[in-house]
Amino acid sequence: MPNHPLLLFLVAVLVLGILAFLVARAKALRVRASGTAMYAQPDQYAWFAALSTAGPALLVSGVGGFLLLLLGAEIPLPWLLAGSLVVAAAGATLGLRLVTPDFHARQAIERVIRFILAGAALISIFTTFGILLSIISEALRFFRMHGFWEFITGTVWAPGNSFLAAAGRADDAASAARFGSVPLFAGTFMITAIAMLVAIPVGLMAAIYMSEFAPRRVRTLAKPVLEVLAGIPTVVYGFFAAITVAPLVVSVAGSLGLNASFNNALAPGIVMGIMIIPFISSLSDDVINAVPDSMRQGSLALGMTRGETIRHVVVPAAMPGIISASLLAVSRALGETMIVVMAAGMRPNLTANPLEEMTTVTVRIVAALTGDLEFESAETLSAFALGLVLFAVTLSLNLVSVIMIRRFREKYRVNNL
Amino acid sequence: MNMQTAPRASHPAGKPEVGQPHTRNESACHDLSIRVRDLNLWYGESQALKGLDIDIFQKNVTALIGPSGCGKSTFLRCLNRMNDLIPGVRIRGLVEMDGRDVNAAKMDEVALRRRVGMVFQKPNPFPKSIYENVAYAPRMHDMVSRKPEQDDLVEKALRDAGLWEEVKDKLQQPGTSLSGGQQQRLCIARAIAVQPDVILMDEPTSALDPISTATIEDLMDKLKSQFTIITVTHNMQQAARVADYTAFFHLGEIIEYNDTKTMFSNPATRKAEDYITGRYG
Amino acid sequence: MSQSFDEISAQLRKRHRQSARLKWMSLGALLLALAFLVVFFADMLGKGLPAFQQAQVQVEVDYSEQASQLPLAAVDEEVRDLVSRGWLRTLPMQMRDNPELLGTTRTEWVLADGQVDQYLKGHASRLRDDAKARVDRLVEEGRAELKFNTTFFSRGDSKMPELAGIMSAAMGTVMTMLVTLAVAFPIGVMTAVYLEEFAPDNRFTQMIEININNLAAIPSILFGLLGLAIFIQFFGMPRSSPLVGGMTLALMTLPIIIISTRTALRSVPDSIRHAAFGVGCSRWQVVRDHVLPLAMPGIMTGSIIGLAQAMGETAPLIIVGMVAFIPDVSATFTNAATVLPAQIFTWSGEPDRAFVEKTAGGILVLLSVLIFLNATAVVLRKKFERRW
Repeated sequence: MPNHPLLLFLVAVLVLGILAFLVARAKALRVRASGTAMYAQPDQYAWFAALSTAGPALLVSGVGGFLLLLLGAEIPLPWLLAGSLVVAAAGATLGLRLVTPDFHARQAIERVIRFILAGAALISIFTTFGILLSIISEALRFFRMHGFWEFITGTVWAPGNSFLAAAGRADDAASAARFGSVPLFAGTFMITAIAMLVAIPVGLMAAIYMSEFAPRRVRTLAKPVLEVLAGIPTVVYGFFAAITVAPLVVSVAGSLGLNASFNNALAPGIVMGIMIIPFISSLSDDVINAVPDSMRQGSLALGMTRGETIRHVVVPAAMPGIISASLLAVSRALGETMIVVMAAGMRPNLTANPLEEMTTVTVRIVAALTGDLEFESAETLSAFALGLVLFAVTLSLNLVSVIMIRRFREKYRVNNL
Repeated sequence: MNMQTAPRASHPAGKPEVGQPHTRNESACHDLSIRVRDLNLWYGESQALKGLDIDIFQKNVTALIGPSGCGKSTFLRCLNRMNDLIPGVRIRGLVEMDGRDVNAAKMDEVALRRRVGMVFQKPNPFPKSIYENVAYAPRMHDMVSRKPEQDDLVEKALRDAGLWEEVKDKLQQPGTSLSGGQQQRLCIARAIAVQPDVILMDEPTSALDPISTATIEDLMDKLKSQFTIITVTHNMQQAARVADYTAFFHLGEIIEYNDTKTMFSNPATRKAEDYITGRYG
Repeated sequence: MSQSFDEISAQLRKRHRQSARLKWMSLGALLLALAFLVVFFADMLGKGLPAFQQAQVQVEVDYSEQASQLPLAAVDEEVRDLVSRGWLRTLPMQMRDNPELLGTTRTEWVLADGQVDQYLKGHASRLRDDAKARVDRLVEEGRAELKFNTTFFSRGDSKMPELAGIMSAAMGTVMTMLVTLAVAFPIGVMTAVYLEEFAPDNRFTQMIEININNLAAIPSILFGLLGLAIFIQFFGMPRSSPLVGGMTLALMTLPIIIISTRTALRSVPDSIRHAAFGVGCSRWQVVRDHVLPLAMPGIMTGSIIGLAQAMGETAPLIIVGMVAFIPDVSATFTNAATVLPAQIFTWSGEPDRAFVEKTAGGILVLLSVLIFLNATAVVLRKKFERRW
């Protein structure tokens, strides 16, 4: 670990920066004391000097370090740091040289700050690209081992002994590993569908009550209370699904003469639905509230009942927003991990019976990446392939959702959605 | 206020008794449509309407004028109980239509609104097709049973609203795709499609350009052969052009109620005169 | 001629009923959702509250030479199987640390075995019948009872339920959250300031905005994949460490902080900015001296909510390996650690029934912290909320 020289370097840059700051300020004060009118305050010259000292040096060392790691460039660390210090010294000289009456230190600082802020804003872009790049590159390695087509259309997911193959003992792997993701996606969609069957009706109706019928006090109280449901960590829901709901489903199914697995899809589906209720209800409530009152009055003035007004005018008007909320909810359900890891099964199973055990994409991602990692094995890499599909599906759902809400917003000129 | 005029405000001053033919407009029929007695309304603690008395006659255009905040829109909304939607509103007094007290607990406000339609200040077509905007209410009210019947009714309403020629080729386009004036006529078509007795218009032209305004004014003149029209307007020329009777509101009271010609040529009260001549407004 | 009121009312009866039905159904939906919440909390409280109590038995502890070699010998044979074996194992160390104990015999309340604990709490227990009888006798004699469970709050993970505690996970959570906050807060606020106060409205800015909204909706597990591939594989940061976990969560929290900061900045009226510009402030001075201080309560509220969300997150941390078994409490950034939700996840997978109550107990602690954080955010918002 290059902890020591790095620390030393940072201290050196800091000291240089402070020195530049003090010297520049002294110089500026002297110039001003001599009666010359200056463009900026002494402190601003000082800040500029400090920035011009530390900024380029940190930039050079950062880029250098990145090259070192990324391209494996052969730059010895001490040399890099020494070089950066030279840059710092040069920066300090420049900063001090520029302490002159007609230098616009304030604008210069402003430009630097704008640059730094824009840099911070870029981090979110980097994150997206980071996710995309890391997932795609590993997924490509996977597809080189196992075909893309097999992955998309295959109905058998049996990673089996693929780690042996990775260890160069392919012969020991009794049966060839097979990576057909269809059963995983089937399980994911099944559980998502169950969740939506719970969340959309309950969430939408609750939103209708809150925005159309409830007295204001009830609404201001009920909404945050419902949102508590969304704030409960998913690991807690997972425990609830596995320990409380799944046995309940089994016993209810048993009393109906049906045979249910303890890892059935119904329990995680229902619990996921409960978790998602506030997503639907809060967003729908906002959207329904944003429907202009003139719509309601127009309908009521035609002799419609309250219920008809809601069903035929308000809800259709809010539909883009409601669909948008539902899509976001679907996206969330597809990517939900802990509930299914804890309550759904591990065994890939292509079935339409929600009482049977089935597994999901996220469960297999977790299964592939926990325990002893062998980064070369197909099973580990398969997690990234699954992640890639998950990313693509949720991204498109989110984009459609954003477009729909934007359309709604433009239609009624609401800004707070 | 002017105490002398108040008791007389319910009847157009110096006009023939209820039920007798109007001298100025022979075709107009003078049956009583809505009778209002001692109507008071409070928003919370502040009183917005103070002891209103007025008779509205069938198949005429009655205009309500007055400076903003004088209660004319509030009064209008009393006639189809749209004020019920506003929390904290209290109403005392009689609004009688067809021999029934509109504000009675037994009165079904939905039934009332079916007979008293409303057109709003800003056009508010539903986010549906032009056709559906008109067909929606009649269908819900079981006024039509078959599709061709419904088509006929939509066409008739749009024709009566003078919109048919402009939209007959694009009935399936959204109502919001029309221009402002067209949208307002669509809203009128929507209101007349349920064949109400009374149509309330709350400054129906204030959001429109002059040409659209003129179209709507012509429309009101045509529609009064079928409907009783009560319109709130800021525009005194408009009241003079379209209304048979005009009521002047000020600070929650009806200062003067008269036939339009008298109101504008020879107002009985000083306040009305000042307002009409533009001394305040 | 139009219909009379009575005719219309008669036709309306059915429609009024439908309207009322919609009202009751929607109220029912709201109540159902609230009932879920109540059932959930009742269930967690029922399962988790026993975890805050722990059975103890009063025994004679013989700190003999023999016991320092063979701890089992320290207690009487009659109660030997009722005392926590994990506690017995700590005896030699205790004696090494406190030499004055050697040779004494003391009557002490000591941790009971997990099965005794379960038996006393009325749960299913694997104790044999004769052992149950002995426990019953001890209870009658007042030598066995349920006491407040300090172990649960002071120790790390253990394979023995009576010795398992949440402290190491809590410490891991604190360290991870420190990293998360240190990374996400400055970057988030800076991004929001740039977008709200500096950025020109061009394609690039719009791209950043769309991107931020998308990041907020990306499944959390994908952030785990990013952390694994970039931070661990590529930069070689230590796996399972609060450093990696915190940075991964920081990227997840970033959009929340950015969005709430932007809302807070937007709620500062332009008149303030114009006034400051009017007296000759530069854009940065306006932001630093006028806009940011006014927006700070909103920014704090958003950050706390984002932090609470990160604190409950598990999936990405599993992927970066933060589900380690950590028996010792230590404050570390770079060594393996675990966090509260991950501890809950690990415990929920333990076959021993006694861990169900530990899991639910951990959940109660986690939920309490989250509720506290969110309540703080709400209070902060209420207190500093300003109407312009």
